[in-house]
Amino acid sequence: MFRNNYDNDPVTFSPQGRIFQVEYAAEAVKQGSVVVGIASKTHAVLVALKRNAEELSSYQKKLFPIDEHVGIAIAGLTSDARVLSNFMKQQCLSHRLTFGRDMPLRNLVDLIGEKAQMNTQHMGKRPYGVGLLVAGVDDRGGPHLFEFQPSGMTEEMVAFAIGARSQMARTYLEKNLESFADCGKEELIRHGLKALKESLVQDRELTVENTSVAVVGVEVKDGKRKVEPFKVHDGQEVSAWIEGAADDKEGDEEGSAPAAAAGAMDVDA
Amino acid sequence: MDHRPQAWGRPRDDIYGAYDASYLHSNGPKQATQAPIVTGTSVIALKFKDGVVIAADNLASYGSLARFTDVKRLRNFAGTSVIGFGGDVSDMQYLDRHLEDLAIDEAYDTPEPSDATAQGHLNAANLHKYLRNLMYSRRNDFNPLWNQILIAGLDSESKPYLASVDLRGTTFTAPSLATGFGAALATPIMRRYAETDEEASKLSREEAVDVIRECMKVLFYRDARSMDKYSLAVVTKDGVEISETEQLEKQSWAFADRIKGYGTQTV
Repeated sequence: MFRNNYDNDPVTFSPQGRIFQVEYAAEAVKQGSVVVGIASKTHAVLVALKRNAEELSSYQKKLFPIDEHVGIAIAGLTSDARVLSNFMKQQCLSHRLTFGRDMPLRNLVDLIGEKAQMNTQHMGKRPYGVGLLVAGVDDRGGPHLFEFQPSGMTEEMVAFAIGARSQMARTYLEKNLESFADCGKEELIRHGLKALKESLVQDRELTVENTSVAVVGVEVKDGKRKVEPFKVHDGQEVSAWIEGAADDKEGDEEGSAPAAAAGAMDVDA
Repeated sequence: MDHRPQAWGRPRDDIYGAYDASYLHSNGPKQATQAPIVTGTSVIALKFKDGVVIAADNLASYGSLARFTDVKRLRNFAGTSVIGFGGDVSDMQYLDRHLEDLAIDEAYDTPEPSDATAQGHLNAANLHKYLRNLMYSRRNDFNPLWNQILIAGLDSESKPYLASVDLRGTTFTAPSLATGFGAALATPIMRRYAETDEEASKLSREEAVDVIRECMKVLFYRDARSMDKYSLAVVTKDGVEISETEQLEKQSWAFADRIKGYGTQTV
């Protein structure tokens, strides 16, 4: 029987130069439900598709505030995300305590990047099984969006999506890339939700139960910065946005009506 | 003759008797700094319309001896703030190195050229909070950095910012601040011009510089640990200008011959 001899720990390279444990961790990110993030010149938004384990259970949260000015979206193992989220909260708080300012996003993301990389180079450790989108504002150029991967890779993004079937959402984002920079808060959310919808399985729709939206923004008025704190919206708060993204026809290429999908099989649960 | 390294530089036992090494290993508790050694005297600073003026003389005293006469006690931080140090000079130099490291780390994170309004850098208010935490944690270790520090610059809203922190971690802010002897001698003079922030916001740069120069002169007259060569810095949103070669001018010692009881006079 085939057995991979090079995937028992994260310190061993395969002869092809791969580290399987890290790749498996990246796979865990792809199992999580999709999250989308976009940054403009004034705002950064995160939108997420929540899943419930069973009909009777509640939906698993996907968006978490870290500090006044920053929050994360998670895809992958929620419990691993909780560890990272607690760490980030502590770092932001301690930075606020020592310097009296918002922690710059790049510093924060570098910290979790380094923390995650450690786990890919030590015998007996395991990489985090979660990917993050970190959205926030700081006074180094306003809103930022960062991607974080279990390998320890972090990268600044204009817009990005991670999680199951996120490629569809990324394609949407790539198509509309140019328009994001000048988007206001509402437009950005609409783009986010539309990208999210792209990666839905057939017959699935965005509802107030399964959709989360988070916004953070900054406004500079004659030298003074005014931060619109990171806020997560759930439930009825997102219903207007969902309708806004549904009603819009201009962005839709063809009227892919729900009827067309009638015969299709469910690909994913 | 004892040639072992332990004996190098020590009086010869055969001539002076056994070396008394007891002071090297005292049995008492560990002692951190009990008093400053080489010291700088007052630092004075005053806010004005667009920024802050800060000054300190260039003397480092060893007790009452005017030991070093070219010590720069004002430090430029990242081109955005000025820090003035009173108190122990070696602790000042330690802080100077520490702040340099901090500034370099910051510069790596934000590589753009910096001026006082450049966002994303540590501003004077951030710096003050950091030094406050540093000084307070050192005093909680019973190992204080023996300094009184003034931090001058701009806050996050680009308004003039002036604050002090001392070896105990005590902090306060005011339109005018002075450390050491200056707290007694210069503060009343500066308050005549800027008692409140509102009054300070009406001062022009020239007026503020004149007040500071006048205060430096009074301090030189009355403070026996002071000197007539000093540094003067102005921080505005355009950046930091430090002059380290200022000289007190138009001194008048006419009052001096009426002072009796300190010198060698017998009257």
